[in-house]
Amino acid sequence: MEVLFDIPILGFVLQFIAYLIEAVTTTNLAPQTLQLATPIALGALCGIMNERSGIVNIGIEGMMLTAAFVGFMVAMLVHEAMPQSEPTAIFGFTPALVIGILAAIGAGMLVSALHAWLCVTVRADQIISGTVINIIALGLTGYLNRLIQPTGSAGTLDPFRPPEFLVDLPVVGWIFRMFLAVGPITMSVIVFVIILQILLFRSRWGLRTRAVGEHPRAADTVGIDVLKLRYRNVILGGIFAGLAGAWLTLEFNQSFQNGMTANRGFIALAAVIFGRWTPIGAFGGALLFMFSEALGIAIRSNPPEGDLGVFLSGIQAAYPSLYNNAFGAMPYLLTLIVLAGVVGRSVAPAAVGRPYVKEGAS
Amino acid sequence: MTALRRLWALAVIPIISIVLALLLGSLLIIASSLAIGESLNLLLPLIAYESLLEGATGLSLLDVNAAGVPSLAFSIDPDRAARALTSTVAAAAPLVLTGLAVGVGFKAGLFNIGGTGQVLVGAFVAAIVGAAVADQPVPIAVTVALAAGALGGAFYGFIPGALKAFTGAHEVVSTIMLNSLAFFIIVGLVNDIFKIVGPSFARTADVGNAALPVLFGRNGTVGVLIALAAVPITWFLIYRTTLGFEIRTVGANPSAARYAGMSPRRLIILTMSLCGLFAGLAGSIEILTLGYYPAVFGTGIGFAGITVALLGRAHPVGILLAALLLGGMRAGAPSMQITANIPIEIIDVIQGLILLFLAAEVVIRRTFRIRAERVTPGELGTVAKTYGEGTV
Repeated sequence: MEVLFDIPILGFVLQFIAYLIEAVTTTNLAPQTLQLATPIALGALCGIMNERSGIVNIGIEGMMLTAAFVGFMVAMLVHEAMPQSEPTAIFGFTPALVIGILAAIGAGMLVSALHAWLCVTVRADQIISGTVINIIALGLTGYLNRLIQPTGSAGTLDPFRPPEFLVDLPVVGWIFRMFLAVGPITMSVIVFVIILQILLFRSRWGLRTRAVGEHPRAADTVGIDVLKLRYRNVILGGIFAGLAGAWLTLEFNQSFQNGMTANRGFIALAAVIFGRWTPIGAFGGALLFMFSEALGIAIRSNPPEGDLGVFLSGIQAAYPSLYNNAFGAMPYLLTLIVLAGVVGRSVAPAAVGRPYVKEGAS
Repeated sequence: MTALRRLWALAVIPIISIVLALLLGSLLIIASSLAIGESLNLLLPLIAYESLLEGATGLSLLDVNAAGVPSLAFSIDPDRAARALTSTVAAAAPLVLTGLAVGVGFKAGLFNIGGTGQVLVGAFVAAIVGAAVADQPVPIAVTVALAAGALGGAFYGFIPGALKAFTGAHEVVSTIMLNSLAFFIIVGLVNDIFKIVGPSFARTADVGNAALPVLFGRNGTVGVLIALAAVPITWFLIYRTTLGFEIRTVGANPSAARYAGMSPRRLIILTMSLCGLFAGLAGSIEILTLGYYPAVFGTGIGFAGITVALLGRAHPVGILLAALLLGGMRAGAPSMQITANIPIEIIDVIQGLILLFLAAEVVIRRTFRIRAERVTPGELGTVAKTYGEGTV
């Protein structure tokens, strides 16, 4: 092995691969990736619900931000009203956190209802509608956050602690750690992805949804209520955006900052395109994009050894800020590269972006 | 008469949207009065909007007594009015340019939400080049720094344009990613390479002679002239040149443009670069007014450009008027915060509400029974329709 590591350039690649294997199996890289991918995957599920029914949704960012704010505020208020409640042993649920999550979901659905109304009933430009939602969400949450200046917090949900023997298993232990040593919202993502994948391609609802997204006129002729189905799917999609918001302020962080979604809603859109409008594909995209950020955290907390480590710490010593910011920029850069590489062969549902007008209606 | 009627048809929906947004905003302010004072203050919106107007124009309409009860009292202080109007115009200048950066894109059926990143890159390049030519004579230094910033922005608009033209990556996602990238990379560059020793915070060297000369008032710089000149130039480019015709054609109907022998690829790249140029110029004006680039340069002008372009109906003259309105709000907001205790962020809410009512145009037409012809720029529709269409 050591001999191979000395080969110029290729040796670096081999060292990097060796580091990756070690980091995945011994550190928190895998669960961290799944955690960071959670809001992206949830946002992507929201996007799929919308776009499969023929509605473009670039307002996921704003929906997440609103939900994050509402969830945080409601949880904080409930927590102040009943500070004595004991958290549950698993996941650390308190009444405040549960109500906060429900409020976040409700907020996501409410903003989605606005999007549905603008896109379906008003037949506004769908990109403009999403933009309006993003701008209002950023403005309103920023305004209210400044006005209220919250000081307390309801705390956060806890990650599950899987039994030691499972995560210590050789070779496969890290898989258990990845999927079990995480919080409840993160864990729920896998369930939602599988359920939505099955529903979308194996159920009557899924068939109708895809019909409405591909050819609404044909769907209408066989008796599907296009407008109603679009309304329903867009609003239900808000559940996922709401959960993504709840993840931000009730599971991952325990405070709200202005604009804290940091363009995750748009990375989610890229994940939808990457996954060709399938839940499992989009989930894969979310993992891919956010793996880079998790890796950045792993490298900085646990630098590789050998030549690669020397090389990286050399850069870090010379350009500390660039070094850190390059890791921060990684998910966005990766998203951009993947988007440019994959999108040409990825085809959106045919009716996406086009409002549907029933025949005979004006 | 017909010209007037046409103007009215164009302006009526934006005007109603602004009024409705202010009304809805006033409800929010009344609700906020619970958080600011102890009781519900129904007059707070009046006080807030009046101080906003006073901060933007110097026009005072109310006199608030010690008990906080306002009474009508019209007054105008010429000095104060001159100062306020200068601030409004100075705040509007970069908004005109970022508005054009979005509006010109609309004409080609492109939605450039990368204004933020293009502003950052333009501002950064202008600051670096400005510092390099700081000792040159003023006209040369200013011109070189502005041109460099504009080119920096144009380059940052070229990237998503080329990506869209050759790979089909939709500009809505790619420009947002570029916004975040620009932010991270520039912070790193300033901290590690361009930081100067001395100031308590990380920032680049002074731009010296490249600082924009002040023409009038405290902050009425050359930037105002540039923004004013950009309006007729853009109008001429879009409505009176072959290139403008091609841009509008590809925006209205990309297939028709292709059949007519135009190259949508070339036009997409060119238009996005042009959008980036405007945004880069806006960033340069901001930074050459400030005099240096602070590592964390937060500016809402790129984002506000979207509001300006939509409110201005993607028309250069409309964009100018919308920028003046938003510039006035930005100039007046601090005095509103002092007088009425309303956080500055309320203007972001009002901007969003204006857009909401604009988007719900059909509903407004029905509610107010407006029969004037619909004049929404048709190119806007192309933006959503081409989403997910892949390569051109």
